[in-house]
Amino acid sequence: MPKLFSGAEIVFKCLEDQGVSHIFGYPGGAVLPIYDELKNHKSVKHILVRHEQGAGHAAEGYARSSGKPGVLLVTSGPGATNAVTALTDAYMDSVPLVCISGQVPTHLIGTDAFQECDTTGITRPCTKHNWLVKDINDLAEVMHKAFEVATTGRPGPVLVDIPKDIQFQKAPYKKLKKKTKLNGSGHNHYSQESIDELIKLMSKATKPIFYTGGGVINSGPKASELLRELVYATGFPITTTLQGLGSFPGDDNQFLGMLGMHGTYEANNAMYECDLMINIGARFDDRITGKIDEFSPKSKKVHIDIDPSSINKNVKVDLAIVGDVKSVITSTLKTLKKSKPSFIKSNKQKTSKWWEKIQKWRSKRSLDYIGSEETIKPQYAIERLYELTKDKDTYITTEVGQHQMWAAQHYKFNKPNRWMTSGGLGTMGYGLPAAVGVQVAHPQKLVIDIAGEASVLMTMQEMSTAVQYGLPIKIFILNNEYMGMVRQWQELLHDKNYSESYTAALPDFVQLAEAYGCVGLRAKTPEELDDKIIEMLNTDRPVIFDCLVDKQENCFPMIPSGKPHNQMILGPKDKEQNKITGKGRALV
Amino acid sequence: MAKSKSAYSVAGKKEKLDTHIIVVWVDNEAGVLARVVGLFSGRGYNIESLAVAEIDQKLNISRITIVTTGTPQVIDQIKLQLKKLVPVHKVADFKREDKNVIFKEMALFKIVGNSTKIEKAFKACKKHDAVILDSTKKSKVIQITALRREIDNMAKNLKKFGLISVSRTGAVAMTRGDKVFK
Repeated sequence: MPKLFSGAEIVFKCLEDQGVSHIFGYPGGAVLPIYDELKNHKSVKHILVRHEQGAGHAAEGYARSSGKPGVLLVTSGPGATNAVTALTDAYMDSVPLVCISGQVPTHLIGTDAFQECDTTGITRPCTKHNWLVKDINDLAEVMHKAFEVATTGRPGPVLVDIPKDIQFQKAPYKKLKKKTKLNGSGHNHYSQESIDELIKLMSKATKPIFYTGGGVINSGPKASELLRELVYATGFPITTTLQGLGSFPGDDNQFLGMLGMHGTYEANNAMYECDLMINIGARFDDRITGKIDEFSPKSKKVHIDIDPSSINKNVKVDLAIVGDVKSVITSTLKTLKKSKPSFIKSNKQKTSKWWEKIQKWRSKRSLDYIGSEETIKPQYAIERLYELTKDKDTYITTEVGQHQMWAAQHYKFNKPNRWMTSGGLGTMGYGLPAAVGVQVAHPQKLVIDIAGEASVLMTMQEMSTAVQYGLPIKIFILNNEYMGMVRQWQELLHDKNYSESYTAALPDFVQLAEAYGCVGLRAKTPEELDDKIIEMLNTDRPVIFDCLVDKQENCFPMIPSGKPHNQMILGPKDKEQNKITGKGRALV
Repeated sequence: MAKSKSAYSVAGKKEKLDTHIIVVWVDNEAGVLARVVGLFSGRGYNIESLAVAEIDQKLNISRITIVTTGTPQVIDQIKLQLKKLVPVHKVADFKREDKNVIFKEMALFKIVGNSTKIEKAFKACKKHDAVILDSTKKSKVIQITALRREIDNMAKNLKKFGLISVSRTGAVAMTRGDKVFK
């Protein structure tokens, strides 16, 4: 007779087998048997959050900064529905999450029992897959399968819904059969011919560009190393998406900066003018392409992606290579070295005109802004933060809005997994709990949430979590008292009708910090900014930093809506600023 | 074009829509139909008809046949998205014009009236393999198997003969000849 384990024990045995060291969660009636079992499993540390959405974002921060799946544990009903935003966020940004939710006992399902909801029904469109476990004998297998689905192919969230009676019932434990690797090579469906075709296109191109995204980061740190090798070997310019920042050094000369709606002038113009676009692990998101009909009209397009359904979804491409980024770049480098050992030399002349053009665009200095001695410009605050932290191995999370774009523009990343931001879903309130998760994964590292005062109030309660576990996260708030990005669009598109975008009755963030039991700091002038930032960095406790910035500043450059990449508007520093009129207003 | 103040790009040109029959082999488990149908509704794809039943009790496999319309790009997306679902084994796609594929739908017609009218109705149905399933003095239930448009036309034509109720299945499909889709 094999040894029998309760459902709750099986959950933990699976977590142990999967090497899970931290779970983020919040107890409740339908998960109490699992919480009861927690004390017997010392290798799994539970982080008690203050809201299930926080558990989800913390698990995301943990996953994105460590490359391991994030695990959250929530109760039935409101516990599960509160996690939905985070699951959707992880689905959009391809973050591996395993969400374990309690459910009412099997015999009560469908009776509108207390704290019952159709969790698998609600989360079906925002997970890669989900399971309702109705038989204790399926539990172990489902749990292992959940980790496999979350971490292989294009990563994403999964959910396992476990009714309370199943948590009590007993069954033998089935061990994990084979080890599954993150992004297993079972997802490579490309041939050597397509690699040869890629090399051919590369050697013909006179105006090439690499356009890379979060897929490079998801493929593991090795993929970022290989990408650098490929970019240096070819001498091509490279631009990355918001999620791709860090896969290539932000201060390298071949790097054109981020592309897209708030990307640099040189990156977007190069995308428009290029004759060869090599997309590696990005998905032609609408914030990148702008108007599809006029997107990069003259280029041959290559798309390297692990997800076959990403190919031709938004933009038709000439060559599709379905596979893991790491493996595709490895093959490409191998073939390149073999068939064109002198590629860089022969290629330099071919692309020299292209580089001249890029330099011209670069000389526009599209990220410049008008400085001030009286008020802190938000861009200046990010620049100073970067200068004072660049020598440390810093992890940055953000909320969503202007501050997020300024952070993406002005903070330079040199390593993958250092930048955690909500791109696809654009979830305000992501950054603070994500910082909690990052700090849990990297207790010794500096973790900063670059925040806006409106976003951060959405999940502010997680400061309590940071204090409880002694996680010295730094919340760097660019406080302009507005929902800045909303205000910017209202200014540019809705005749300055600032409908409901001003936040009256903001809390005093310094006092708020003290109320939570952490440290509050405030900077009001550019003069004191450096000292205050240094004070923040020297504090080994959680800090809320209230940085009072210019209230009117807008985020430039930008591609107005309805315009292609070559019609960006530049900031006030550029005198030839175009006004957005007519058609263009649709596109912002 | 009216001035748009949207944060999103404007819609591109409308392309021609084709009708396709998508056949999906899935594990017959709870919620699988909801996953497939939810994918269609969630991504704004069209479903004209749907037929589903278990076809292998031992392997627990169901076969779902969906008639849909879309641009070539959308049809491609439908297939690729379906293939990503965990319980989906394989996905086949046929154009409705495909001569190598048989498409059939079944319909039940209830005709109520005098015997002359009922007789006329049955006669009209004869070209579609009509079978009488139930018969009383005042009524008949007639089963036909035909193509979608043929059934549409029959339903219209039979009104004058006393058609009072129609029940029909979605299309099912199978390739001609000795080959099967792998």
